[in-house]
Amino acid sequence: MRRRPGRALLVPAILLLLATLDWSYMGTEQFVNALTIGAVYALIALGYTMVYGIIELINFAHGDVFMVGSFVTYWLLSSLGFNGTISDLPLLVVVLVGTFLAAMVVMGGIGVVIERFAYRPLRNAPRLAPLITAIGVSFILQNIIQIFFGPSVISAPQVMDVQARVNLGGVDVSVVKLFVIAVAFILMIALQTFVSRTRMGRAMRSTAIDRDAAQLMGVDINTTIAVTFFIGSALAGAAGVVQVLYLGTTNFQLGFQAGLKAFTSAVLGGIGNITGAALGGFLIGFIEVNSTVAGFSRWSEAIVFGILVLVLVFRPTGLLGQQLGERA
Amino acid sequence: MSARRLQGGSAPLRLLPGALRRGVERFAGRHQSLAVLVGVALVGAFLPVIVGVPPFSGFGNRNDFVDGFANAGVFVLLALGLNVVVGLAGLLDLGYAAFFAIGSYAYAYSASPFSHLDVPFWPMLLVGAMVAATFGILLGAPTLRLRGDYLAIVTLGFGEIVPVVFLNSDTYTNGTNGISAVYQPSAYGLFGIGSFGFGNPWPYYVTVLAIVAVAMMLLYRLQDSRLGRAWVAIREDEVAAASMGVNTVTTKLLAFAIGASTAGLAGVFNASKLSLVSPDQFGFTVSFTILAMVVLGGMGNIWGVAIGAFTLYEVQSVFLKQLTNFVHGIHLPAVDLGFLRLDISAIDFVQYQFLLYGLALVSMMLLRPEGLFPSRERKRELHESAEEAAESNEEVVQA
Repeated sequence: MRRRPGRALLVPAILLLLATLDWSYMGTEQFVNALTIGAVYALIALGYTMVYGIIELINFAHGDVFMVGSFVTYWLLSSLGFNGTISDLPLLVVVLVGTFLAAMVVMGGIGVVIERFAYRPLRNAPRLAPLITAIGVSFILQNIIQIFFGPSVISAPQVMDVQARVNLGGVDVSVVKLFVIAVAFILMIALQTFVSRTRMGRAMRSTAIDRDAAQLMGVDINTTIAVTFFIGSALAGAAGVVQVLYLGTTNFQLGFQAGLKAFTSAVLGGIGNITGAALGGFLIGFIEVNSTVAGFSRWSEAIVFGILVLVLVFRPTGLLGQQLGERA
Repeated sequence: MSARRLQGGSAPLRLLPGALRRGVERFAGRHQSLAVLVGVALVGAFLPVIVGVPPFSGFGNRNDFVDGFANAGVFVLLALGLNVVVGLAGLLDLGYAAFFAIGSYAYAYSASPFSHLDVPFWPMLLVGAMVAATFGILLGAPTLRLRGDYLAIVTLGFGEIVPVVFLNSDTYTNGTNGISAVYQPSAYGLFGIGSFGFGNPWPYYVTVLAIVAVAMMLLYRLQDSRLGRAWVAIREDEVAAASMGVNTVTTKLLAFAIGASTAGLAGVFNASKLSLVSPDQFGFTVSFTILAMVVLGGMGNIWGVAIGAFTLYEVQSVFLKQLTNFVHGIHLPAVDLGFLRLDISAIDFVQYQFLLYGLALVSMMLLRPEGLFPSRERKRELHESAEEAAESNEEVVQA
């Protein structure tokens, strides 16, 4: 494909312009809200895009992995006896780091187990088969959570002070939201570095391009795919922690809507493309908050799915996606 | 062609003694539509009889059972329609309940005090089917060129949007409350079994049996037609089908439209039976349930899908309820895992039907992807492609 160097700058420039306009339209508070919601969608969308990139499977259960992640966080925090804001800063840091690590490792493990038992046996089956299994896994996860935690909305302990605010260069911002956005960016940069710099990252990229050729070059396909699921699910687990920190509520049906929106994000950004998924997540966050600000909150879901349909029909490769040839 | 299919796929017939079986098979092969009619009539007459016999008679009275059978008939219709899309044409439609919703609302709007309209039920069956088919074409036309899993997501999105639209268009749909007091059909003394109403499930039962029989007859004929072969060709290899002269767009659109029209039909019937239509009846879980029915019954096999739908509906509405009553009766001790507490005798199993569906989908796909009652072609295809892929993988490894 012909390289167009100007384009690399064009997209960020347009986005920056739109963001500035949007900021003046909806004000700082809503702008930060959009960034925060976008960060959650972006974290979930990364898992969709990685899995799709490597085995071309829409992992319907991924939204529910996020949901289980929020319940793991809730379970962890309440069983450790926390039931409100932690004012002791060192303790708060320890608790936050511990929660993120635990939720990410647990969810990563669950992701690997799901791949091993539900998707790997069907890797060579017709495409419909793993797709249907994924839907089945999604319902199994939802119901297991429902058995243990019940069907009602659960309010989880918010260990960070939601009221706390900080002044950033004259702009008053909520600390929790800032923290959430920062965590999301750190994780995304870490992921990007991992995929582009490490040996395993190279194995993942080559498996995504051509599985058979990668295998001939000595890449262990099964391990590579398992690692992909681990990372994707761990990021969804991190999004689950964020959900609890930021909103303080969770429900066993949380994963379906969030998963659909995150998938829309991944498609919007160009499925298979990690930067695209992050970008798409933030875009969907902004679209959702904008439609609420404009008074269409009842329609925000319909708007998001409408966008999904339009993108798939008119530009199935997404904003940053490569030409997929006969794939789309 | 048709004779061969019926021989290959008819598991229950294998239970019959040889001569009788061959007789039935020869008859079914020559007079397929008549065989469907006789089959549905026999099953339809048998069901109300069997529920009067223990152990079924202990679970409820006959009228409740017949009412449940009429509801099951709605799902049989839905599964038959989805089978055209998923089973025959191989297009994964995850928003199928949207067409059910469209049919339901079409009838509810045309025949209720809400709109002051009173269009009779019988013509509305056709109108509802046609409205749903129109929406099927409207959705399908721009999206059917997408590859399988993208199509799944688009239909999923469509299935989410439609209830939201119905929820928010208060002027036409009465919003959250939905349209109630939808008129029930009048029989004009056609059946001689009393009038349609909540107290009397029999007219509904007979009506749904008739609709299912006609639908099955038409679907069998379609499956054996040029169009049916084109669907299967597209399912197996779209590029090859196109190069053999199959117009893939029209063929897929027809699958979508016919699938949607069956759902529209089921919607009209269901709206008239429940006499209430509200947006929360058509969530993703409905689409998912129908998909589970199709997968369980055996994608692509018409009568298998019908049995799958009926069985799953009865499991959900009768078996799980009885299981709950049974477990509550025996008082198992609660399992206490510290923070988590699992009290089995307090579980309402009906609530966990989706766990069952999820497990059914996963295990069916892993162990028996062709379904409980596979169509012969579909079975061969599913196993062949797995074998081929395994072979080609081995070649790669050896090379």
